[in-house]
Amino acid sequence: MNPFNFYTKLDLIYLTNRRARNIIELLEGIREAPGSVIYYHTHRFLQQHVYLSPEPPNDFAYWTANTLQETLLAEKLAAIDIIEFKTIMELKNKLVKTIEEYLLMEPEIRNAPPGMEFHFMKSRSFVLQTGYVANDLKEFYKILEIIDINSLYFHVFEARMRLGKIDNDFSIWLRSVGEEEAAAVVSRLDPYTFTLEGLRARILNILKRRLDEKD
Amino acid sequence: MRKIEDYEPIVGSFVVRELFELGKRLSGKVVQNINSTSVGGGVAEILNRMVPLLRQLGINARWDVIKGGEQFFKITKKFHNALHGVKVSIDESEFEHFLEINNENARTMELVGDIIFVHDPQPVALIERKKELGGQWLWRCHIDFSTPQENVWIFLEGYIEKYDAAIFSAPAFARELRIPQILIAPSIDPLSDKNRELTEEEVNSVLERFQIERRRPIITQISRFDYLKDPVGVIKAYRIVKKHVDCQLVLAGGPATDDPEGEAVLNEVREAAKDDPDIFILLLPPGSDIEINALQRASTVVLQKSLKEGFGLTVAEALWKEKPVIAGAVGGIPLQITHKYSGILTRTIEGTAFWIKQLIQEPDFARRLGKNGREHIRNNFLITRHLKDYMLTFLSLLEGKESDIMYI
Repeated sequence: MNPFNFYTKLDLIYLTNRRARNIIELLEGIREAPGSVIYYHTHRFLQQHVYLSPEPPNDFAYWTANTLQETLLAEKLAAIDIIEFKTIMELKNKLVKTIEEYLLMEPEIRNAPPGMEFHFMKSRSFVLQTGYVANDLKEFYKILEIIDINSLYFHVFEARMRLGKIDNDFSIWLRSVGEEEAAAVVSRLDPYTFTLEGLRARILNILKRRLDEKD
Repeated sequence: MRKIEDYEPIVGSFVVRELFELGKRLSGKVVQNINSTSVGGGVAEILNRMVPLLRQLGINARWDVIKGGEQFFKITKKFHNALHGVKVSIDESEFEHFLEINNENARTMELVGDIIFVHDPQPVALIERKKELGGQWLWRCHIDFSTPQENVWIFLEGYIEKYDAAIFSAPAFARELRIPQILIAPSIDPLSDKNRELTEEEVNSVLERFQIERRRPIITQISRFDYLKDPVGVIKAYRIVKKHVDCQLVLAGGPATDDPEGEAVLNEVREAAKDDPDIFILLLPPGSDIEINALQRASTVVLQKSLKEGFGLTVAEALWKEKPVIAGAVGGIPLQITHKYSGILTRTIEGTAFWIKQLIQEPDFARRLGKNGREHIRNNFLITRHLKDYMLTFLSLLEGKESDIMYI
């Protein structure tokens, strides 16, 4: 059987020298940003607020709402469904299109107060092995129960959006060991609507049902 | 001496294990920290904690201090004020003296690190030896650079850009530079006297000493008596609240002996408090860590109503104690508080008063903010995260690659 190696990841945040004072500058910044910047600002809250439900939305929506008080645009940006996008560039295009459409309505352009500008940042991921290896579904379940939450984050979010895989690592492995149905159920989940602990509980639940069936 | 393992019950075994894993990859590497003082001040305090912990993780961390006379430190104090946006006149001879002292230190100091880690502007010009010595050079800025005086910034920029990377504490403090800039926030130590768990008896004994009642709500701001912390604004907010809610206000902080305005601010605060017996103005001597800890733990609401702020770690300290915090949206505070999730951000006296009332009257909501706040601090602002960030920075520099993902 094909073993599953649990990896985890740690982040270092880089500043990019770029900041935006208003929506037009935000749009220009997003247009010119590499994928790592878009990834950071759409996934930061997930990692920094692993305990919160509901989580705050992506940084672009949060800044637009809380600093610029542009509630209409903020709502549209917050409502962008990240799970619908296969690559970070598709997500970036959607962000650009959403702001462009808003600007067509010719809203008043407000500047953020000094010191409250949007700072474009990016993260660098350092991936390391946890030393945990699952050889079958039972072992996988047991490890997933206790593994560091960053490991789950890496295999679900980073694998798909940053490493460009067709699916999350768990579903890919489940499929490779013949667990097609469990793989499909995990794959169908929208992980952005859970806290990370909530997501862990949900995946464990799916696997538990499958293990019970096998027993 | 504190051990890395002592943090395991707080941050979990995975975090501690990751630190040791990173340590293995940096085993034996010499990281030479250089700053301008071994005692007093935030940088010395951080290095005092970090260096022994880095050594436990297998890194050969060293700490050296540059030598300089009275004139040098007068000049660097001027630099400090100028970088904070205060108008200061610095003449050519002072820039020259600054460089002379740096050159002298560069000549006499043993510079041996695989990574030379220079802290703050005082030793910044040591970088002139990089060409000759090689190695990776890292510059850490611990202060707010957001509105620096132009001539001082231009002078320093020439040196900073010769480093391999610079580290800033908050995005707003960073400047446009041609070298990689890393964001590493400061941290609190959950095992220090200022933050460790206290018994009810310890908390009560501090309150009794200051004759503060435990049964009525307590609003607290811990900070120096400084205009930028707006203590008079805090009293005004308290008075609005007091109309409808019976509560007490504690303003506690060190006497700002090196600040000529400190006395004037304190007088204004006393005048604003008049003879309200429910306002407690506490001048705490240095080292009053347990008193500060107890006052924060006894509080119903903690304020940090700053008009301008460095990082504002008192916010992290209060959040760590699960307190609902209302703070000004300035400096590093928005990194610590996400409005209505892990605390409240305000910009006015009236807004502050409104939220104090809300949090006193709605204890469930206040409790939720406090709980979220503590988790946010656990994940992002404890010393273990600070260690991890430093080690990732070292790895990044030694590896030299720029990819978004690095397998280690």
